[in-house]
Amino acid sequence: MINSSLKALGQMLAKKEVSSVELTQTFLNRIDALNPQINAYIALDKDKTLAQAKAADVRIAAGNAAPLTGIPIAQKDIFCANGWKTTCGSKMLANFVAPYDAHVISQFDAAGAVNLGKTNMDEFAMGSSNETSYFGGVKNPWDFTRVPGGSSGGSAAAVAARLCAAATGTDTGGSIRQPASLCGFTGLKPTYGVVSRYGMIAFASSLDQAGPMAKSAEDCALMMNVMAGFDERDSTSLQREKEDYTRDLDKPLHGLRVGLPKEFFAEGLDANVGKVVETAIAEYKKLGAEIVEVSLPNTGLSIPVYYVLAPAEASSNLSRYDGVRYGHRTAEYDDLMEMYCKSRAEGFGAEVKRRILIGTYVLSAGYYDAYYLKAQQIRRLIAQDFAEAFKHCDVIMGPAAPSTAFKAGEKVDDPVAMYLQDIYTISTNLAGLPGMSIPAGFSASSDGKALPVGLQIIGNYFDEARMLNVAHQYQQVTDWHTRMPEGLA
Amino acid sequence: MALSIEDIKKIAHLARIQVSESEASATLTKLTGIMALIEQMQAVDTQGITPMSHSQDVVQRLREDVVSKTNQREAFQKVAPVLGNGSSEQAVDGGLYLVPKVIE
Repeated sequence: MINSSLKALGQMLAKKEVSSVELTQTFLNRIDALNPQINAYIALDKDKTLAQAKAADVRIAAGNAAPLTGIPIAQKDIFCANGWKTTCGSKMLANFVAPYDAHVISQFDAAGAVNLGKTNMDEFAMGSSNETSYFGGVKNPWDFTRVPGGSSGGSAAAVAARLCAAATGTDTGGSIRQPASLCGFTGLKPTYGVVSRYGMIAFASSLDQAGPMAKSAEDCALMMNVMAGFDERDSTSLQREKEDYTRDLDKPLHGLRVGLPKEFFAEGLDANVGKVVETAIAEYKKLGAEIVEVSLPNTGLSIPVYYVLAPAEASSNLSRYDGVRYGHRTAEYDDLMEMYCKSRAEGFGAEVKRRILIGTYVLSAGYYDAYYLKAQQIRRLIAQDFAEAFKHCDVIMGPAAPSTAFKAGEKVDDPVAMYLQDIYTISTNLAGLPGMSIPAGFSASSDGKALPVGLQIIGNYFDEARMLNVAHQYQQVTDWHTRMPEGLA
Repeated sequence: MALSIEDIKKIAHLARIQVSESEASATLTKLTGIMALIEQMQAVDTQGITPMSHSQDVVQRLREDVVSKTNQREAFQKVAPVLGNGSSEQAVDGGLYLVPKVIE
């Protein structure tokens, strides 16, 4: 059951082969057994969870079930959920109980899905290894000595270890796709504006986008049907017709033009990861795809540009944590300034502080043109590179991350090395394009562990249905996405 | 431009984050590395390129100027922080948030 697709689970629930309460309890039992080691979940509320499961069973019995009714979903702890502790992985919000629901949460509630719990993450989604979380790191289910990636590391480990049927994540610079690559599952970052950011704790608002993290492309399509859609409460939510993201899953790929950006296969890519990606692309050739070389010449600049824009936006967004209305307030203070400065010094971790400081610096008087404006100009060049590439291809493929999962502690003291983890993912956030990572095979680590490798698929704006089709067809002829770490049964 | 320890202290003050001397020097090392990465941008000629602030070319929606939210003060103040300075009460009183005196 834990390996079943969302569609299969839906059918089992419909046929009353299992109830939502039983299904939910199965996952809660796995969480009890495995979470103490993996640390994927940081908030559980079994009463709330089981109440939702019971309500789902009533709905199913009444014949009103939607496709995800009764299915237990893990929610990244960046989404406010009414009555749930919502911490964003930070000491700043360690005691924050959200007084309202994020749009994504209301969408799952309306669909009758069950909220299994809140998952661990890098603090305020700033990190690529989940090690910046105030609540401790998360173990990669494929090798407990390694990181799951980040920032959606808890959701990633929960999907990989089958501690949920599927999970949500958010992706500002790669936080869905890089962990999907490192933990071996399917993750999709939609086009910017497709999923509402309402109630999703803000990091870099012009880049943040929520998306599904699941076992297969088909599961991601079903999740997208729930998550996507216009919401007037998010000023950047796009007014578009509701889509059925499953509609193109079965289309053959004959004639699909796959663009390979030469910059994604250059220096910096682990040779074994490169081989796995090339093998996957050969599989696409067999499926009838035509391979074309494209160029994204400004790829290397995406990291410097991102580390101006994202911290600048973060420094503004995180100014709301002042210890006045919610969040951490320091225990001892004499005046207002001291209350602000101490509350923020105590409430934020080192990486969050670094990014706030960088953001404050690049926005400070006299530096705006040299940094922020310059970064916005190069951002346009990066978007133009993609526009040019998409004249010659339908989707772009390459690695999602430059290496397999690295050892915990390996990069924590070297922010720049950590930032380079997102070299293949950040440019799509800057351009606002959709991207996904799907399991494409394994690469043996130096200590003999088989570690998952992800293939990244980047689509043009609003081309999620096609990307899911491209991923699904590959998953019909390969079984990488069905593999599960050993020893966690 | 090389950052100095004074810059770090100034930025930290602007960001309202208290830093000790030892934190400031550790931060200086890390931020210097990050700024070196960022400086790669300066090699690009961006003259005449329109800055891109957002990926979609859309305008802000307008709505009718009518009341759309109800008062949820009680719900929101439930998550107010603890007052501190020896008090374990929440930092709210009569629907207002309590902060140190700022106006004499």
